[in-house]
Amino acid sequence: MKILVCISHVPDTTSKINFADGNTKFDTNGVQFVINPNDEFGLTRAMWFKEKQGASVDVVNVGGAETEPTLRKALAIGADSAIRVNTEAKDGSQVAAELAKVVQDGGYDLIIAGRESIDYNGGMVPGMVAGIINSNFVNNCIGLEVDGTNVTAIREIDGGKETVTTTLPLVIGGQKGLVEESDLRIPNMRGIMMARKKPLNVVESTNVEAEATSVSFEKPDPKGAVTLVDPDNLDELINLLHNEAKVI
Amino acid sequence: MSVLVYTESEQGKFKKVALEVASYAKTVADTLGTTVTAVTFNVDDASSLGNYGVDRVLNVAYDGNFDAKVYANVISQAAAKENSKVVIVSSSADSKYLAPLLAVELKAGYASNVVEAPLNISPFTVKRTAFTNKAFNLTEINSDVKLIGVSKNAFGLVESSGNATKEDFSPNLASSDITVQSVDKATDKVTIADAEIVVSAGRGLKGPENWGMIEELAEVLGAATACSKPVSDLGWRPHSEHVGQTGKPVASNLYIAIGISGAIQHLAGINASKVKVVINTDAEAPFFKAADYGVVGDAFEVVPQLIQKLKDFKAQNA
Ligand SMILES: Cc1cc2nc3c(=O)[nH]c(=O)nc-3n(C[C@H](O)[C@H](O)[C@H](O)COP(=O)(O)OP(=O)(O)OC[C@H]3O[C@@H](n4cnc5c(N)ncnc54)[C@H](O)[C@@H]3O)c2cc1C
Ligand SMILES: Nc1ncnc2c1ncn2[C@@H]1O[C@H](COP(=O)(O)O)[C@@H](O)[C@H]1O
Repeated sequence: MKILVCISHVPDTTSKINFADGNTKFDTNGVQFVINPNDEFGLTRAMWFKEKQGASVDVVNVGGAETEPTLRKALAIGADSAIRVNTEAKDGSQVAAELAKVVQDGGYDLIIAGRESIDYNGGMVPGMVAGIINSNFVNNCIGLEVDGTNVTAIREIDGGKETVTTTLPLVIGGQKGLVEESDLRIPNMRGIMMARKKPLNVVESTNVEAEATSVSFEKPDPKGAVTLVDPDNLDELINLLHNEAKVI
Repeated sequence: MSVLVYTESEQGKFKKVALEVASYAKTVADTLGTTVTAVTFNVDDASSLGNYGVDRVLNVAYDGNFDAKVYANVISQAAAKENSKVVIVSSSADSKYLAPLLAVELKAGYASNVVEAPLNISPFTVKRTAFTNKAFNLTEINSDVKLIGVSKNAFGLVESSGNATKEDFSPNLASSDITVQSVDKATDKVTIADAEIVVSAGRGLKGPENWGMIEELAEVLGAATACSKPVSDLGWRPHSEHVGQTGKPVASNLYIAIGISGAIQHLAGINASKVKVVINTDAEAPFFKAADYGVVGDAFEVVPQLIQKLKDFKAQNA
């Protein structure tokens, strides 16, 4: 089985979010970038398929050279090789079109992406890749088993979960549950050394046009101070929630 | 040229998000000077959509399980029939599942998590949340057909008087490639996704044996219960209740956090909630900076009193 894990390179959640160039660009100054958490769960599950079922695991990112340390980290965790499609990621449709080409050129059977990335939270790319290559698609995937070309997946649904069967080729939008946090691997020295020698292939983009473009950013209005209510005066809390906030 | 909106239903009735996306569609249609057509599955009575500005409802009879590919294909056939240039869906788990497939079929630019009516029609500009609710992004959609995913509880319901006429719509149904083997779903509880009010508790509650009062508070309020990550990691509560960056997102009207410190990863997932209340012994807990209302106090004293007072309040306002 040939697995491709799509890695989005995102600011760590604890990063301060600021904008530059008249609020048109995300200010990367002092920002720590990480593998998108949903992709890290997927990558770790992919390592299981590699170790237990002899799958090959490649990772891919659509982005500029600045994302290479993130791809190297994925290699240090254990992926066999990395691909970077050399173009700025502009919107979900453009990234998906680039990824679809990588999938088709590489003949991948299983494409593991994340439910959403924590920068734009689009939740667009995995489904669009599936739509373009016309493969099966399971979103919000919290469990995945493959036997030959037969797949059993567990999908989170509102208020519970659902077990489904389907076949390869398949794209998943994965999340925690694919593996647990305690299964995540911190790259060790040996992994980091080996990652330096693994191939990181830069491929040129197909220059598809983005269908949507980011114009600018805004920050939410600063929040007013909290209204404190005395624990001995909870009637006041009910009054505020009823008359002021109008939520009960 | 109608604006097309996909209105979700459950057991023959519209969900609340259906009325919200209908309201949104009506606003867009007014700006464009056109009408609103809804597409829906297995609905008995479509008239309630009229109150939110829908003119026509295309109802599809379908006896299978929800299937993103099949549904996306039906919606795209409806868009072709109506010659729709703007298609609107919600941000429910099902809509987020089908929307990217629909975008590919329609060759539409897709903007998800949209929180306001379009700011501009030409170029078509929408405002969406980004960076887990820490910012907004203004996005221009350049394609001929536009697909918009509206965030829950962001636009609200806008009533308008109208009559929605229901028509049977019989598109070609694509074959499903995904077979549902089993569904494991609590049907007696309010789900976090649907809830107007969410009552959530954290490690401050000390142990699973203390959740009785949390469930009782939720019951009085008709709320869903949720928890912080450590609580589900410790096995005090099921994983399905874990909310936050790595758990379920919450966009309720009211979020009550009890014994939760307010770590950034927790807040990232619940920030989209309108009104936040925190109950915590520690006045320095970061949650107080994110909350609208706060009680510095011991949950074991505050929550039982609050339950009693809410019961009295409900009795008076019944
Ligand atoms: C990558 C990553 C992802 C994460 N994702 C999530 C996520 O999705 N969701 C999430 O919740 N967390 C997440 N976390 C964990 C997060 O950082 C915090 O550790 C967690 O939210 C803390 O949970 P808590 O508030 O229940 O517990 P604590 O931080 O232990 O806080 C307990 C609070 O209870 C208060 N308290 C104690 N006794 C009482 C009492 N008697 N009455 C009232 N209050 C009392 C205390 O003052 C304290 O503020 C993530 C962390 C990482 C690193
Ligand atoms: N630039 C990118 N390069 C590679 N994969 C990506 C990129 N952007 C998004 N993805 C994948 O698509 C998933 C969902 O991202 P999004 O649609 O942006 O929310 C991520 O978790 C990644 O697996």
